[in-house]
Amino acid sequence: MDGVRMNTVTSRSDLADSFLPWLTCVAMLAALVMVFLYVPNERVQGEVQRIFYFHLPSAWMAFLGFFIVAGASAAFLWQGKRSADLLARAAAELGMVFCSLVLLTGPLWARPIWGVWWTWDPRLTMTLVLWLIYAAYVLLRVFAGDNETVARYAAVLGIVGVIDIPLLYISIRLWRGIHPKVEQMAPEMAWTLLVCTGAFVCVFTWLLWLRLRSLHLRDEIRALRQHVVAAS
Amino acid sequence: MWAILWKDLLLELRTKERVSSLLVLALLIILVFVFALTPEQLHQPAFGSALLWVALVFAGMLSIQRAFILEQERNCFAGLLLCPIDPGQVFFAKFLSNVCFLAIVEAVVAPLTLALLGLSFSVSLPGLALVLLFGIVGFSALGTLCAAIAVRTRAREIILPLMLLPLLVPLFIAAVNVTGALLAGEVWTGTWFRVLVAFDVIFVVTGWLTFGFVVQE
Repeated sequence: MDGVRMNTVTSRSDLADSFLPWLTCVAMLAALVMVFLYVPNERVQGEVQRIFYFHLPSAWMAFLGFFIVAGASAAFLWQGKRSADLLARAAAELGMVFCSLVLLTGPLWARPIWGVWWTWDPRLTMTLVLWLIYAAYVLLRVFAGDNETVARYAAVLGIVGVIDIPLLYISIRLWRGIHPKVEQMAPEMAWTLLVCTGAFVCVFTWLLWLRLRSLHLRDEIRALRQHVVAAS
Repeated sequence: MWAILWKDLLLELRTKERVSSLLVLALLIILVFVFALTPEQLHQPAFGSALLWVALVFAGMLSIQRAFILEQERNCFAGLLLCPIDPGQVFFAKFLSNVCFLAIVEAVVAPLTLALLGLSFSVSLPGLALVLLFGIVGFSALGTLCAAIAVRTRAREIILPLMLLPLLVPLFIAAVNVTGALLAGEVWTGTWFRVLVAFDVIFVVTGWLTFGFVVQE
């Protein structure tokens, strides 16, 4: 039975493995060319503004990660499938990576434009709090080991985290309010943003796939080891 | 449910260790702040409200953890779960007992803090009591859920604040703002209070619904 399961995983992964890296590579190259060669400088901010094309897609990927965690957590509590649990775990780890990217690229831009590295603006605060919720989720997985019970704990935490987001949003909005809003964008800028978002979606999907597969493989190795121990 | 609640309260009534230790801890936290801040800062209502809530959050975290560690010792929790009742009721019992303990602690600590910081007592005390109560309710609801998770992991002391504090941010912002406005003698700020109430309602319901997933063996 183990052999059959491994075969299906391998054939699916062959397709994704040959397809995703190339797609990501091309999309990322296109994104780099557009950010550095194609798109014109922003009138007021100059060169620094180019970081925006990586900053905003990272933020979107971080949110995407959060919603995958919530969806997979709910699915896991509903049906109890191991794959939903692993998906939630992989998405949380990736979400945290992209959330960290947002928090790194933001200050790089803010220092020359706002004159400070950090300010307690609603969106910045919100991203930081989301990062902390992600961190708690990932650490819970680390500290609690890996079994059925922990999967349920993590799923509950994932759902509670998402329920918390609207409240966070409202309270932080009410609390303070200088993050630039994009009002009007030149077509070149819009295209660049679109391509960059596409590239980030590819990176996200590829990494998610790799992480998922490694988690599945670890499960299989564990099962095989138990099988061998039982046989001997 | 009432039996479990009564058991927790009776245990506390006999030993009095949880409330007394929390009281001392809350006072110690306030003392640390008194040393850390300048005398001018201490008279500002904004600092008073921040201080009250920091003390409450830290004392509350220990209180809520204690509730589950006590059950975990000698495996009492497994016994509770064997009772033919809904896990949601166990949640309510734990949640209400924690609300009781923290309310008792705050009933002593809040007036003492006002006195120690030299803030005026002319603030609307019923209003302050109401805000503290709503804050305690929201904190206990989310805290009970997180503590039930944290207590069964390795490193439970550290994982509880890691989970609980970021999730508590909305409650904390709202409560500190309402309390600050009250202490400054300003007009009643309805918006913040609504956020506080919404937090309470949402997490009492979430806790009640999801507690079953957390405790099932």
